[in-house]
Amino acid sequence: MTAIVAFLAGALFGCGLLLSGMTNPANVMAFLDVTGDWRPALAFTMAAAVAVALPAYALTRNHGTSLRGHAIRTIDGTRLDSSLLLGSAIFGVGWGLSGICPGPGLILLSSRTLKAFVFVGGLVAGVFAANAVRPK
Amino acid sequence: MSAGAIPLWQSLAGGALIGAAAAALILLNGEVAGVSGILDRALHRSFGEQRWRLAFLLGLVLPAVFAGPGPIGWQASAPSLAVTGLLVGFGTRLGSGCTSGHGVCGVANLSLRSLVATLTFISTAMLAVAFRHAWPLQ
Repeated sequence: MTAIVAFLAGALFGCGLLLSGMTNPANVMAFLDVTGDWRPALAFTMAAAVAVALPAYALTRNHGTSLRGHAIRTIDGTRLDSSLLLGSAIFGVGWGLSGICPGPGLILLSSRTLKAFVFVGGLVAGVFAANAVRPK
Repeated sequence: MSAGAIPLWQSLAGGALIGAAAAALILLNGEVAGVSGILDRALHRSFGEQRWRLAFLLGLVLPAVFAGPGPIGWQASAPSLAVTGLLVGFGTRLGSGCTSGHGVCGVANLSLRSLVATLTFISTAMLAVAFRHAWPLQ
């Protein structure tokens, strides 16, 4: 059941990314390009996503567990440490230069193009590298 | 290729679907829909259950496999994509989240860490784009 829910949630997520146009790096770049021809579309997409997820998180927080009784795995703590800031800053540079974040990167594999495989190869290598240096 | 104008309804409806996916995962499974974290743990047997994470990633990619990924305006050469992919993978794991985990789920969970992370990566991304505009490398 857990895997079926996850599969359907993944599919919904994938449809949302495709519909919003955020799997296209050109559209992401248009949002990030504040000194050029700026397009706010990505901000609307993120705002809509947060607006829909917000009540679900509020409900789960109040409930203490998921509706099926799982312990909640929420984002850890409130500490603003250097890993959080440095990691996010590095991610932003990679995102800004490519126009691709992890979700769209994986979805672009469906294009079966060299560029998509090269990006995801780098992504996976980066994940392994971070695990080697990240404080546990 | 430049970006076409995206109809507002499409931006909002796409975002609503992403939010619904995040809502379903936290409500029914008690898990955060953060793609980089799910990928990380799906790749490591010792980091917890892999099966649902692989199912999520399969679901994520499948709509594009059937419907096609749509237009792709690549913004970088293949060598640049190798390096930027590395930065994205490294940065999201060091920072414990990406656009989905921090930007959507963490912000929806009113997490200060996620709000700060999101403002940080959007800022450095905008700066990187502005720098590339001023000094094009490719």
